[in-house]
Amino acid sequence: MPAFLFWIFALVMLVFGAAVVINRNPIASALSLVVCFMGLSALFMSLDAFFIGIIQVLVYAGAVMVLFLFIIMLLDLRLEERRKINLVAFFGGLAVALAFFVQVYFVVSEFAAAKQPFPPLAAAKTDDVHNIGLLLFTNYNLPFQIIGVLVLVATIGVIVLSKRELR
Amino acid sequence: MITLGHYLIVSGLLFTIGFAGVLLRRNIIIIFMSLELMLNAANLSLVAFSRFRVDAAGLPNYNGQVFVFFIITVAAAEVAVGLAIIVALYRARQTTHVEDVNSLKF
Repeated sequence: MPAFLFWIFALVMLVFGAAVVINRNPIASALSLVVCFMGLSALFMSLDAFFIGIIQVLVYAGAVMVLFLFIIMLLDLRLEERRKINLVAFFGGLAVALAFFVQVYFVVSEFAAAKQPFPPLAAAKTDDVHNIGLLLFTNYNLPFQIIGVLVLVATIGVIVLSKRELR
Repeated sequence: MITLGHYLIVSGLLFTIGFAGVLLRRNIIIIFMSLELMLNAANLSLVAFSRFRVDAAGLPNYNGQVFVFFIITVAAAEVAVGLAIIVALYRARQTTHVEDVNSLKF
């Protein structure tokens, strides 16, 4: 993958990720999140993880974002009214987030392997659906079953939560 | 030349954006979206490490990608439950603003 494509998709992802946080309109935030996940999916594909890239688009841009938009429209959220922001909390939160990034930056710059390029793969196209599936049903069979139970529990929990009266 | 470090820094930046969103925003739905950004930033660095660890057969280390698959599944379940809680909260209090729900019992 050419280097300029990495920069373009990373930039798209970060700009729209920032737009999620900055936008005042929840619908604009949700749509920015879709574009951000599209950029992220392109970055996954640049790392030869085609299966994960496709899953990202299907699950996030397809299912999760539809759920978000559905809830925003169900609750009929408009532009939130401006409230007096707590300046100490605002700048404190910003400082914590920036301190976190500075720490990540220093850890990565100390990490020797981070300066090496990616080693080449054996074939230009890897059969990663096959390989991930094989791993999922052999080494990771028990976690896979547990995830199935988790999804069932989540489904039942959502139905119970959505009932009119909770007892 | 794009190295592992570039991906890790981009992933760290995305995580920072999500983290700042959780800390700075007061709309519970935006906070929830920022949580998704943080989960996906972790996924990006996992996939980058998976691609970096190429084994003798010339294949990437698929353990990281299986882990990402699990994270995406759990995140989808979490979004469903979280949004149901938000709807229940909105029914009870008619608000999605976190400063309006700062008491434990009402």
